[in-house]
Amino acid sequence: MTPPDLLWLSLTDLSWVVPLPVLVPLSAAGLALALWRHPKAQQIISVVALTVVLLASLTLLVAADQGPVVLDVGNWAAPVGIDLVADRLSTLMLTVSAAVTLCVLIYSLAQGLADGNRGTPVAIFHPTYLVLSAGVANAFLSGDLFNLYVGFEMLLAASYVLLTLGGTGERIRAGTIYVVVSLVSSIIFLLAIGLIYAATGTVNLAQLAIRLPEIDPGVQLVLQLLLLLAFAIKAAIFPLSAWLPDSYPTAPAPVTAVFAGLLTKVGVYAIIRTQTLLFPDGRADTLLMVAALLTMVVGILGAVAQNDIKRLVSFTLVSHIGYMIFGIALSSEQGLGASIFYVAHHITVQTALFLVVGLVERRGGSTSLDQLGGLARLAPLLAVLFFVPAMNLAGIPPLSGFLGKAGLLQAGVADGGPLALTLVGAGVVTSLLTLYAIVKAWNKAFWQVAPVEPAPMRLPRAMVGSAASLVLLGVSITVVAGPMYDYTQRAAATLRDPNQYIVSVLPDRARGAGVSSDLAEDTPDAELPDEPVEEEDE
Amino acid sequence: MIDTSPSLALVLAIVVLITVGVYLLLERSLTRVLLGFIAMSNGINLLFLVAGGAAGGAPITGQTAPEDMSDPLPQFMILTAIVLTMGISAFLLAMAYRSWQLNRHDEVQDDLEDRRVARRAAADLAAFEDSDTEVTTTLDEDAASAHDEMGGDRS
Repeated sequence: MTPPDLLWLSLTDLSWVVPLPVLVPLSAAGLALALWRHPKAQQIISVVALTVVLLASLTLLVAADQGPVVLDVGNWAAPVGIDLVADRLSTLMLTVSAAVTLCVLIYSLAQGLADGNRGTPVAIFHPTYLVLSAGVANAFLSGDLFNLYVGFEMLLAASYVLLTLGGTGERIRAGTIYVVVSLVSSIIFLLAIGLIYAATGTVNLAQLAIRLPEIDPGVQLVLQLLLLLAFAIKAAIFPLSAWLPDSYPTAPAPVTAVFAGLLTKVGVYAIIRTQTLLFPDGRADTLLMVAALLTMVVGILGAVAQNDIKRLVSFTLVSHIGYMIFGIALSSEQGLGASIFYVAHHITVQTALFLVVGLVERRGGSTSLDQLGGLARLAPLLAVLFFVPAMNLAGIPPLSGFLGKAGLLQAGVADGGPLALTLVGAGVVTSLLTLYAIVKAWNKAFWQVAPVEPAPMRLPRAMVGSAASLVLLGVSITVVAGPMYDYTQRAAATLRDPNQYIVSVLPDRARGAGVSSDLAEDTPDAELPDEPVEEEDE
Repeated sequence: MIDTSPSLALVLAIVVLITVGVYLLLERSLTRVLLGFIAMSNGINLLFLVAGGAAGGAPITGQTAPEDMSDPLPQFMILTAIVLTMGISAFLLAMAYRSWQLNRHDEVQDDLEDRRVARRAAADLAAFEDSDTEVTTTLDEDAASAHDEMGGDRS
């Protein structure tokens, strides 16, 4: 092939871009670890790697709108080999998370520079952060249940290290709880994969979508609930959410911010993916609706009761996961689309809020609302930076939080069932209580007379700058809400029709595009159902 | 069609390992939690082995006829899971050791809300007995010092 041919091929077939968001940060992590003596080099490597990830994600975002981009890794045909699938949902998640990780990285670099890197083992921060980013990307792109598990483990292992960075007493305390809870969820996930393999003889998502409807409905339900349980712990859905508000606030501000933005959303993503692709008949919808209701209400009541700004914001995070689950539980294109939009909006807003809270802690010297005060006068820009994402979170028009909630409530009303209407009511109440909790925090931190006047200081410009750019990103979602909402609706439409996904991975519903030997067809199907299998109708 | 009925011995081993694992995971000491985690992971690895069907020859083309091969996919998954378990175990051990260094115990500590509730109850009791005491510790210190006393005097 001549070079121009190669160039043309690389422009028309974008499948070579798909693994970049995983490969680039992973290789960069190794490089950064090797260069642990040279903090400057580490910083450059991290920034460059995450910028490449962002560019690759944007490319895929545009490409996936024409249909999913699939890569059979190592050219092994799909059901035997591992495949990476970039469809509308995963590329949207990937793009938003790449943008957020880059902003948070710059924030943490600025923080490190301002503090002179004292007391924090930054040598491991960069490699771990890059592994976290690779794990998130792997989870989003995976077309294979076991690879999804590996992605989860990558991001969890990295998060264990980031959460206990420095090994101080309170981080060990919070970290222990976090690690043990995450381990339980990973074990349940692994158990579910084992049982799924026993029942269907495959872990490829597309092939599972074909085979799962053929097995006994009772077994199907067990598998569905096991997966839901594992993901619900990760997504912090009530009653499996108690670990979150306790463990997140103790970590350094940028770590908390990136966890709050991404980790729970990976759980939500996994729920969306498995519920729509593997179990499209929505048998868990009622359960999910009740869980969504309780998550919203219990979460926000927890926030109202808090007196510590970091914990307050953590509780609002739990509460707003409820909205996303509500959209999924509606099992309608409209609900799912609104839910995806809400996830994208929430990643940026929640991360921005945590970054700003980190600045508040720095400026005011505390996170307790009793000790903060008078910051509106001392740091007016900070007040604005807190106010905008706070109002966005509460859902004040015209910000994107309002649009996302309006979409969800519309979908709920369109559903019309008593439970859905209850949830619509609960959604409005939760929104108002969010406003109450966040305004209370704003009044105390920014308006009340400061009980202890904090020492005069200047916030590092780069920290404020990166927090501000994330706030702006959140606002810009409002500006592009029209096209973005259409995109999420199209994503939802793709998800509601699993056949599109199946055909893009396994063109003839049996094998992917790889060139592996035909012996693959002799892979034993571990347990086919005893009753004769009917050809599934298209 | 290969024989897919699982071996009873394997199933029993899975049952025992997972039971032991669940029991130990519910303990407060991090070392026991770690042992529980390892037992459970091994139980699930065996589950994968059972899921792959009966054992056969090595799955290498040219050496074994395709119908006599054992399923290689679960073996690959077990290997991956073993590696992950090992990494996490190392991390948990390090954390248990650090916790022992800091607090002289390795228990999973109460979360701060629990301590706050406990403190409120203690304050109520003090008011009832009319013996007001100043609270001088932080919630974090409370959480670190509150633990089950197992195996001797380690307050």
